[in-house]
Amino acid sequence: MKTATTALLAILLLPALLLPVSSVAAPRDALLASLAAAAKAADPAFSGFSASRGEKLHVTRFAGGKAQTPSCTSCHGDNPRSAGRTPVGKPIDALAVSVTPTRYSDPAKVEKWFTRNCNEVLGRQCTPLEMGDWLSFMIAQ
Amino acid sequence: MNSITSKIALRPIALGLLVLIVSTILFGRAQAGGGHFYPPVADAQTRDECGSCHLAYPAAMLPKRSWSRIMGDLKNHFGADASVDAATAEHISRYLLANAGDTGGQRYGAKLLRGVSPDNAPLRITELPKWVREHRKISDAEWRSQKIGSKANCAACHADAERGYFEE
Repeated sequence: MKTATTALLAILLLPALLLPVSSVAAPRDALLASLAAAAKAADPAFSGFSASRGEKLHVTRFAGGKAQTPSCTSCHGDNPRSAGRTPVGKPIDALAVSVTPTRYSDPAKVEKWFTRNCNEVLGRQCTPLEMGDWLSFMIAQ
Repeated sequence: MNSITSKIALRPIALGLLVLIVSTILFGRAQAGGGHFYPPVADAQTRDECGSCHLAYPAAMLPKRSWSRIMGDLKNHFGADASVDAATAEHISRYLLANAGDTGGQRYGAKLLRGVSPDNAPLRITELPKWVREHRKISDAEWRSQKIGSKANCAACHADAERGYFEE
């Protein structure tokens, strides 16, 4: 009887446990899929995103953007698992999904920040390949 | 006999009234933080958008005309691109303009906005005469220190800034 109740509870609770995870992971997968489609359209030889290319992008110092923000790490810090700091000193939640699980689950928010930050750091919009690589790095972190 | 009872009955009433008046004044001051309380942004979208890079400054800290100017050029927002889509901008503007220091937030913002001429629409809270006066003792070196870093970083010193309290 007791095991039956426990099993029933587990069955009832399992979806509840999975729900928060899938509700943030699903939009991320969809986002990566649409970026992959765009990357493939731009380059037929595209064969998937690379977290290590994303890591390189993350730490590269670019000359095309603003002098105060040559790289992603200028505000986000060297360690994606640590909090960053905005130019006026407000803490920024860590970029790594392992530390901030809700990250990259709202496509509009992701687009807004890629638009702003790529412009500030690289002085241009990021390509789908760059965005996919970078996201893959942060999701793997 | 009659006059004595009325005397005795009056005293507690007068005392009670006095206590009530004093506590009303004190409570009012405490609530208003002696002029250092500014209601935090109550609108979720405004709080999220304005608060992602800096403290979501209370609407009462600037007059309506200043918020109009700021919302009119988010692409060049103090050296950063803070642009949002048109619907979001419209929503945020409506909140800020309705609760500005010379509209809905007058009760809280009037003191801070003293000395700002009506034809001047300051963009920075840190340029308001009262703000400058209140912060005059802080040296340039302190502003630049690791802890503060920027005059826009209210919460570095005002621990309860997010909740609207800007005492020392």
